[in-house]
This record gives sequence, C-alpha cells and structure tokens, in this order.
Amino acid sequence: MNLFFHLGRYFILIKRVFSKPEKLSVYMKQIVHEVDNIGISSLPIIAIISFFMGGVITIQAAYGFTSPIVPLYALGFTTRESMLLEFSPTIVCLILAGKMGSNIASEIGSMRITEQIDALEIMGINSAGFLILPKIAAGVLILPFLIAISMFLGIFGGYVMGIATEACSSYEFIFGIQAFFEPWKLWYSFTKVITFAFLITSISSYFGYYTHGGALEVGKSSTSAVVYSSILILIFNFLLTQLFFT
Amino acid sequence: MIEIKNISKSFGNNKVIDDVSFVFEQGKTNLIIGESGSGKTTIMKLMVGLHEVDSGEVLYDGLNFPALDVKEKQEIRKKIGMLFQGGALFDSQTLEENIQFPLDMFTTMTKAEKSDRVNFCLEKVQLSGKNKLYPGELSGGMKKRAALARAIANNPQYLFCDEPNSGLDPKTSIVIDNLIQSLTHEFNITTIVITHDMNSVVEIGQKILYIYKGKHWWTGNSQDILKTTNPELVDFVFASGFMKEVFNAVKNR
Repeated sequence: MNLFFHLGRYFILIKRVFSKPEKLSVYMKQIVHEVDNIGISSLPIIAIISFFMGGVITIQAAYGFTSPIVPLYALGFTTRESMLLEFSPTIVCLILAGKMGSNIASEIGSMRITEQIDALEIMGINSAGFLILPKIAAGVLILPFLIAISMFLGIFGGYVMGIATEACSSYEFIFGIQAFFEPWKLWYSFTKVITFAFLITSISSYFGYYTHGGALEVGKSSTSAVVYSSILILIFNFLLTQLFFT
Repeated sequence: MIEIKNISKSFGNNKVIDDVSFVFEQGKTNLIIGESGSGKTTIMKLMVGLHEVDSGEVLYDGLNFPALDVKEKQEIRKKIGMLFQGGALFDSQTLEENIQFPLDMFTTMTKAEKSDRVNFCLEKVQLSGKNKLYPGELSGGMKKRAALARAIANNPQYLFCDEPNSGLDPKTSIVIDNLIQSLTHEFNITTIVITHDMNSVVEIGQKILYIYKGKHWWTGNSQDILKTTNPELVDFVFASGFMKEVFNAVKNR
C-alpha cells in the first residue's frame, strides 16, 4: 500500500511539474542556473573517476589477456566497450545519483521546512513546476554531455595507462577503439543516460518536496533520494538493456 | 475585505477549528489572537489555501476561495502578500532578488521600474542600501522587515502576517508593528496579523478576533480588550503580573 501511495503521489507531482509555466523567461534562467549547479559542478569528479577507471580497466584487461591468440588491440576494444556500455552511462550516473540526488533533496527539503515553498504557493506560483521542472530539464540536458566527456576521458585514461605500462602500442590501442564499432550502442547508452537523468532529478525532487519536520527529516529525505534513485537506475538499466539487446 | 463563514477543520479526530466566522475589514489591522495551539495559524492557512477547509466559506471580496479552481486561486493569490513567522526569504537570493521575484513572475515592468520598486519597498521597511545582502547576513528583525518588503512588492490587496514579532526585542517589535499599520493605512489593504504579543494587540489592534480552543471566543478592538470581563480572555491578556500592573496604572491615572 505504501508503494502505491508513493507512486500515486509521485505521478501527481510530475503532472504538476509539467503544467504550463507562469513565465517562461524566469524558468529559462532557472534552467541555466541548474545546469551550472547540478551539472557543471559535477564535471571535476566525473573527469577524475572516468580517467582513472579507464586506466584501471586497461591494466586489468592487459593482465587477463595472456593468451597469444588474443590480439593486443583487444585492450582498446575492451576499454571502449566497458566505458561506452556500462561504466559511463550507469556507474557514473549512480555516482551522480549520490551527488545530485542528495543536493536536490536537501535543497528542496530545506525550502519546505523553512516555509519557502509555502511562500511560493501563496504568491500564486506553482511551486512544484518552478522548483522541479528546471532541475529535470537541466539534468536531462547536461547529463548526456557529462557522460560523453566521461566516455572520452575513460578511453583516454585507458590509452595513457596502456602506453605507460607498455601493455600495447599507441597504434594497437587506437585500432582497438575503432574496431567493430556499432553506432546503435551509442543510442543505447544515451537513452540510458537520459532516463537516469530524469529518474535522479525527479525522484530526488519528490523526496525533497514532501519533507516534513526539521533538519533530521531533510537528512532522511536526502538518504531516501539517493537510495531509491540508485535502485531505480539499476532496475531501468536492466530493462533498457533487455530491450536493446533482444 | 475577507470574510470567513462557519469554517471548520479537523486533523484526524482532532477538531482544530470549530465553526469560526469573522469579517476582516479593508484598511484596518485585523488581529487574530489566542494561546499557542489555539488554531490561529490554522485559520490563516485555511484562508490562504495552504490547508483545505472541511466546511464553511472564505470570501475574498465575495469570491469563495476554497470553491475556486486552481487558476482562479492563483489569481487571488497574486493579490496576497504574506509575512511568514520565519521570514521564508529565499536563501540563495539577495534581498533585491527576493523582493524583485514577484515582479519578475507577474509583471511586465522594465528592469529600471523593478529596481525603483525594490528600492521603494526597501525604503518603506528602512532597509535602504541593503539590496545586495543575503538573508543569512541579516538579523532577525531585518529578515522580518525584508520579508515584509517582499510581501508588499506587488501591491497586495491582502496582507497576512504570521507572528511578525516572535523572537524580536520590544523595540524592533514596535518598528514592525508600526510598519504594518502604516502600510495598511497608506495602501488601504486588508491586513490580518496573528500574534500573542500584547503590546501589538494594544498598539495596532483595530479589530481583534480571540480564538480559544479553535472557537471564535471574543471580538472587539484594543480598547475593548482592556475592559473585557470574558474570563478566558482576561486570563490570556493578563497572564503576566506585569500586564496587570500596567493596566491598573493606566486605569488609576
């Protein structure tokens, strides 16, 4: 029953979020602000994690590929596939669910407990639309770019580590990156990213918006936002993978 | 003018507001007073639609607010200014941005006109030159005044103030009271103030509604309240020995 209560309330909130904005120009400003707040500020952490993970994937692959029948360009191929299919779209989004999710839930939750949301409502503003729509729009717009950067840096990290550890030559790694490339996999990856961006921003906003009480409850909302966003990312990852690969 | 007619509200089995009726007059400071937990804030939340009434009517110049659709409610809300107990200023915005916010949302003013209006409102609440400060940089009294400036930014017809003096020293409380009263008279708005500050009651109470255990218990003005014989109200007004002494001193003068 609790699940149905939350599901029902979530969809009612989403309906309010997507109702007509009072003033588009103010919403556009908010979207730009949110792109910076929840998107650009995540770039450093994504860059660092992606570069080193790409490097680690290459080193682990080089350690595993001991058979002479496995060509060395397989290192580039493996790194590319790992980064494109799973690490960048899923694992990075899980990391972002922690960073963005807690940020969004605590921001909106704090506004709720300090009556700032009530103030918006009394001014005649659709508070759900004003606070949540720009976050969802910003997330869906900026995350594909962040993930594209993550993919590039991960593969670049693999290339640097592969050359530095003399696991393969530059030519072999670059050949591996290009080998057997199927463009539809990019569609698959970016479909996942857009779906996850929507899930992270909307679920975190939902938990923040319905915060009641004080600081303790804001903390609980942040935790719930991260936990439920992560679980739903994993479920939708499975569903979308099943959909694209069958 | 706002009229509430026979409004009731329960939370679960607990009846918080029981058949309350009252007329809040335009151009006057209308006070809702009562002990903590008596239902004052609930009445205000019912009036502005933050809670829904179980029964009864809330009439804004004849329009029954609870019966209106979302769009019509939003139109009425654009005419409402509200000063929340904690100020409810937007933390991430400067004072200027806070006050300008309703103007950005609902007017077609130019940048210069908005800037003039912001400065006018800040001047009214004696915060001129503080445009670029953030709410976190303000004292409690300044926050209340800034919130009042935001509440009047869009020329409201109805002004709600939820315990505007709570947590303030007596001197700042008087400043806030005087501001509310002068704004009410100057702009001829319908002002509703929730308070249990007896100084405010005596200073600005042009029309007073006393709520006791969720019921309409007494109505009058600041002069009537000092002469009341209503036992619950006497208990409330003269709860402190200090108030009794002040009252006796005034009476014997």
